[in-house]
Amino acid sequence: MKKNFKLEDLDCANCAMKMERAIAKIDGVDAVSVNFMAQRMTIEADEENFDAIMEKVVKACRKVEPDCKIIK
Amino acid sequence: MRDKISFIGRGQMKKVTLSKKEKKNLTRIAISLIAFITLLIVDKIIVLDRITDSNLGWLLPFSLYFAIYIIIGYDVLLKAARNIFHGQVFDENFLMAVATLGAFSLGIYTGVSGKAIEGFDEACAVLLFYQVGEFFQSYATGKSRKSIASLMDIRPDYALVRRDDGVIQKIDPSEARVGDIIVVNPGERVPLDGIIVKGETSLDTKALTGESLPREISEGERVISGCVNLTGRIEIEVTKEFYDSTVSKILELVENASQRKSKAENFITKFSRYYTPIVVCAALLIAIAPSIATGRWFDWIYRSLSFLVVSCPCALVISVPLSFFMGIGAASKYGILVKGSNYLEKLDRADTFVFDKTGTLTKGNFAVSKTIPESRREEILTIAAIAEKGSSHPIARSIISAYGKDVNDDYTIINEAGCGIVAKKDSEEIYCGNAKLMNKYNVEFKEEEEVGSIVYVAKNKEFIGSILIEDEIKEETKSVIAELAGMGVKTVMLTGDNEATAKKVASEIGLTDYKASLLPQDKVESIENMLGEKKKGDALCFVGDGINDAPALMRSDIGIAMGGVGSDAAIEASDIALMQDDLRGLPIAKKISRKTMRIVFENIIVSIAVKVLIMILSALGFASMWIAVIGDVGVAILAILNAMRVGRKL
Repeated sequence: MKKNFKLEDLDCANCAMKMERAIAKIDGVDAVSVNFMAQRMTIEADEENFDAIMEKVVKACRKVEPDCKIIK
Repeated sequence: MRDKISFIGRGQMKKVTLSKKEKKNLTRIAISLIAFITLLIVDKIIVLDRITDSNLGWLLPFSLYFAIYIIIGYDVLLKAARNIFHGQVFDENFLMAVATLGAFSLGIYTGVSGKAIEGFDEACAVLLFYQVGEFFQSYATGKSRKSIASLMDIRPDYALVRRDDGVIQKIDPSEARVGDIIVVNPGERVPLDGIIVKGETSLDTKALTGESLPREISEGERVISGCVNLTGRIEIEVTKEFYDSTVSKILELVENASQRKSKAENFITKFSRYYTPIVVCAALLIAIAPSIATGRWFDWIYRSLSFLVVSCPCALVISVPLSFFMGIGAASKYGILVKGSNYLEKLDRADTFVFDKTGTLTKGNFAVSKTIPESRREEILTIAAIAEKGSSHPIARSIISAYGKDVNDDYTIINEAGCGIVAKKDSEEIYCGNAKLMNKYNVEFKEEEEVGSIVYVAKNKEFIGSILIEDEIKEETKSVIAELAGMGVKTVMLTGDNEATAKKVASEIGLTDYKASLLPQDKVESIENMLGEKKKGDALCFVGDGINDAPALMRSDIGIAMGGVGSDAAIEASDIALMQDDLRGLPIAKKISRKTMRIVFENIIVSIAVKVLIMILSALGFASMWIAVIGDVGVAILAILNAMRVGRKL
């Protein structure tokens, strides 16, 4: 399942890259693309565990850039 | 209040306001900068550490500088500490903290050991300039995002629906359903795709197609969402719901375009992963090895701190995606939708443009120019019209419209691909097609040497005559091909026309090459062949206009579709869509691509070169931390300003 998210307060391009790499390592995530310029993130993951995976995604993001908020 | 007013796009004035966070940062920077400069001047005049005549004299300048340092940099220190706890060590915040605290420490050492104070001002300056750089990056990114967003300000806010009882209701466009009747007054934006059921007006399609001339439309014609209604009040029957509408699709395309990363962006990502650790290790080496060797550890630690200052590749990491973002935005202003940064990048290396003839280079409006012999015109057209009745091919339609009358349609039609049509009824057989068809059924016919599309007509094996159909070349074709040739591009035409016609058209337009008599599947094969022949790294573009071009669009390196207002299939299958059915978009797109790539290249080279230079000079002792930080922040600001240049007029 592929879903788009808006990222608020994503100010650092480096952080965007780090986030992308961290999320890609999460189990169940097939593909992830963080678009720094458009402040968007696209995640492709198992439909069944999507919510559980999203929780891990949120945690990973907060580790890299705590100010950044993920909005559905 | 710091509100800035700037002109955007179509000459509208819009305020670019800073967010609360940005205002706070700017205030902090301003105060710190003023305080710092004041302190610096005072320090130079009254050498502060000599005020008290003791070994603790350094405390005064230290505390003053440190106070400013904390004001301007507390967030950096906090983030550095927090990120270490989260396991991220090679963080720019941490490196900056180490560099500046290190400089303060060295300064304290000089104070404590009775030497002239050195280092407090630099430590403070480093963080101050770093924050200026960060602020600028954030501001520039925000401004670019907003400028693109305003270009794409085609999103309609509401729709006026006429309910069955005549009442007009204002609703959110997403609530409208297919079949609803909506009202659009002059000055309002058309919220949904539909067909006009009442009224006539002229539409401004500039936001979607870049076309400056308004489009006149009236009842029965289709309109797409996003256009501005100029003169008359119209009522539209909705044909697509909001999320399927053209305006939604375009917005989504442009917003997601930066998602597909270019090779340059991937390079930067990989580069920065290795760059920071390498520079930090180099810094450690410089701090430790020569110190052990020469014992002058003070000097060498000082020099290694400069390394830490340039260890963050931030400017590079931001300026490259920013350039592509601006490039895609600039293209959309001309109605050119580039679906990915990688396509914008590839377009610069595109040296071969392959065109489908009908509908792309030509108007596709075949018209019967004459019948041979003219004396039997009526008879020829009657018979041909019967055969061509069911076909939607442009040639068929031109024959039918030339005939003009009602056509007998109780014939059985057999379509012979690449040859023509056979129509049968009772004992009557009609053959309508090209030379291959005539030969297949052994009809002796008079072959025409005329250049153009020839349709031979025969009935019951008796040759009746032929029809000459010509296709009008678009006005802009010749100049566009010339312009592309001037850019060093090879132009090739693929067509199902015969050799003679193709040759005539090709020389009239000025093409490099052409391939004639192609069946639809041959076109893809031609492209395959050309792809096999080209140099690695060059890109082959295919320019087509419709559904039947989909395989070719997908197979080529860059598929460019002539959108034409409302051509969904083309937009779907292509990598770049020209929303205006105008070939002039091609040289414009290529120019934008070239400009973008040049700026990206400039930024990469200059940023890396300057950083390496600073590292060398610092290591050799020719550059102080002042120079290191000013050079680094300076090149970052330059790179970003350069990146924003992409958006300016071509």
